[in-house]
Amino acid sequence: MSIEVRNVTKHFGGFRALDHVNLNVPTGKLVALLGPSGSGKTTLLRIIAGLERADDTSADGEYGSILFHDEDVASLPVRQRRVGFVFQHYALFRHMTVFDNVAFGLRVRPRKHRPIRRQIAERVQELLRLVQLDGLAQRYPSQLSGGQRQRVALARALAVQPKVLLLDEPFGALDAKVRKELRTWLRRLHDEIHLTSVFVTHDQDEALEVADEIVVMNQGHIEQVGTPDNVFHHPATEFVMRFLGDVNAFHGRVNEGTVQFGSLELPFPENRRQIAGDARVFVRPYDVTIDTKTNGLPALESTVERVHSAGPLVRVELLTCAGQRLVSEVSQERFATMGLEPGSRVYVRPRHIRVFAG
Amino acid sequence: MAGATTTLRPAVGAMRKPVIGEGSLIRWVLIVTSLGFLALFLFLPLAAVFTEALRKGVGEYLSSFNDPAAIAAIKLTLLVTAVSLPLNLVFGLAAAWAIAKFEFRGKHLLITLIDLPFAVSPVISGLIYVLLYGAHGWLGPWLIEHDIQIIFAAPGIILATIFVTFPFVAREVIPLMQEQGTEEEQAAMTLGAGGWQTFFRVTLPNVKWAVLYGVILCNARAMGEFGAVSVVSGHIRGKTNTMPLHVEILYNEYNFVAAFAVASLLALLALITLGLKSLVEWRSRVSLALTEYVEPTLLEQDKS
Repeated sequence: MSIEVRNVTKHFGGFRALDHVNLNVPTGKLVALLGPSGSGKTTLLRIIAGLERADDTSADGEYGSILFHDEDVASLPVRQRRVGFVFQHYALFRHMTVFDNVAFGLRVRPRKHRPIRRQIAERVQELLRLVQLDGLAQRYPSQLSGGQRQRVALARALAVQPKVLLLDEPFGALDAKVRKELRTWLRRLHDEIHLTSVFVTHDQDEALEVADEIVVMNQGHIEQVGTPDNVFHHPATEFVMRFLGDVNAFHGRVNEGTVQFGSLELPFPENRRQIAGDARVFVRPYDVTIDTKTNGLPALESTVERVHSAGPLVRVELLTCAGQRLVSEVSQERFATMGLEPGSRVYVRPRHIRVFAG
Repeated sequence: MAGATTTLRPAVGAMRKPVIGEGSLIRWVLIVTSLGFLALFLFLPLAAVFTEALRKGVGEYLSSFNDPAAIAAIKLTLLVTAVSLPLNLVFGLAAAWAIAKFEFRGKHLLITLIDLPFAVSPVISGLIYVLLYGAHGWLGPWLIEHDIQIIFAAPGIILATIFVTFPFVAREVIPLMQEQGTEEEQAAMTLGAGGWQTFFRVTLPNVKWAVLYGVILCNARAMGEFGAVSVVSGHIRGKTNTMPLHVEILYNEYNFVAAFAVASLLALLALITLGLKSLVEWRSRVSLALTEYVEPTLLEQDKS
């Protein structure tokens, strides 16, 4: 079941949470809405679910709508939309056992659509097996760990056979280790059941690792939509570049196939966005190479300020002659051969740059 | 912590013993003082009620309840309670639901108004009803025309009782509902539940102990209310006297045994209320321990 968001705007008082948002979620995909807090990602998710209503902009001659498989559901109340919604803080019914929580959606159906008791029990057991919680059916939510609670919430949402699955910061309340386990597990689960799913996150690693497609949001609009590879390696905007990882930023100038920044002038042939004049130049820390001797190539002369070597990569903080700070990440092996320490004079060269109009 | 939401219940956190380094002398002085105070102001009067009631023997005590006026007073009290309690239960739940789950203009005014009966002297609330519905009141002529009697009759007593007791349920339920938020209700809706299903299956079970607690307090007050009822009742013996009013009349007539006999019923009611209250507190603490969310990270270590 595909999801289509057309021209949706939402204000909370004077705050514009969403500004004419359009989005297409293809059938069977797992899509991440990624952005900082206040970017509108949760609002968008709740509007898709029907927990929030988009502004009525018809007076301006515009019609915002939500379509599930080409059927407009914008006027349907939440309980008729058949969405599975997983809340950040689980929202399990605290006075019910795990079994009763999962069975809830089946028990509240109108009598003629309600499965008989034995069918409900079978379905619940099947779902608890799916989320690897069989054996805990008689526990109360308070007797479960955070990760287990989130899986109960997922089983409960799946019990009603939703058309789409929506997850609001599903791992936000968990500690780092459980988070990692659970997101790998969620990806595997999705590959098993192939339900069109949208999840909200502010954690770029989570989005890059789990999603088929990432929607990067900022201040109520969508910055870029693409595969994790695409958004990571080909960020469309400065915001996406900054949000998806650490960056070194420089002021520069683009001039007929070259870009100048600091004392460097590098070739810049693939000027697809037709940038001219002032520009912002970005380099990821792992794209900054360090040499102890000059090798003739253009480089920035710098001094090592600080070294953090605990981790898979060594993080070196540098200060160029021109007074610009930048960060480089080099492998442990390379670091060992160079023998860097605070005060060392080095030659720094960006291996790969991104240029945006500025 | 749900236990801390009402000032009347001991907070869950209070069960942890803080280290306050007070000597045992101070502790004993405090305990003896409070026990002495309780003895003087609570146990002694309570004992006096039963002693006075039984002064002339059990036979005399029981015969006090054979008096038709006493029976009428007991019946009226039960009637007033039976009408006002359900109404205040519905009102309390509706107000609590509106305040805790929705945002609307005038919400703070509503919260303040709910506390009004606690702030106003009961006698004044009674007088307001006389002013409204009495023969010379605003609605008096219209009521007389239609042959409806409110003041100096059961309807007036019921109205006054409802006014005095309506904060009890709402006050107990609002803080708990506010603390629980609306996420569970939203979850229920996404699972296909309608408004009533959500209320009866999710909202109400989550606050049932607070509701019961409020009902018990409301009941005790409804049966024992004197001031407001006294103003609107007219003290017509055998017709508009509730138990507290009947006690007063008997006492003024120097009929001490009968007065204290009826009073002993009210005292008994108070004792039962206290017992039920403790039971509900204990039960709700047990169910709280079962249903309260502990921060998930604290539980991660014992994943099974």
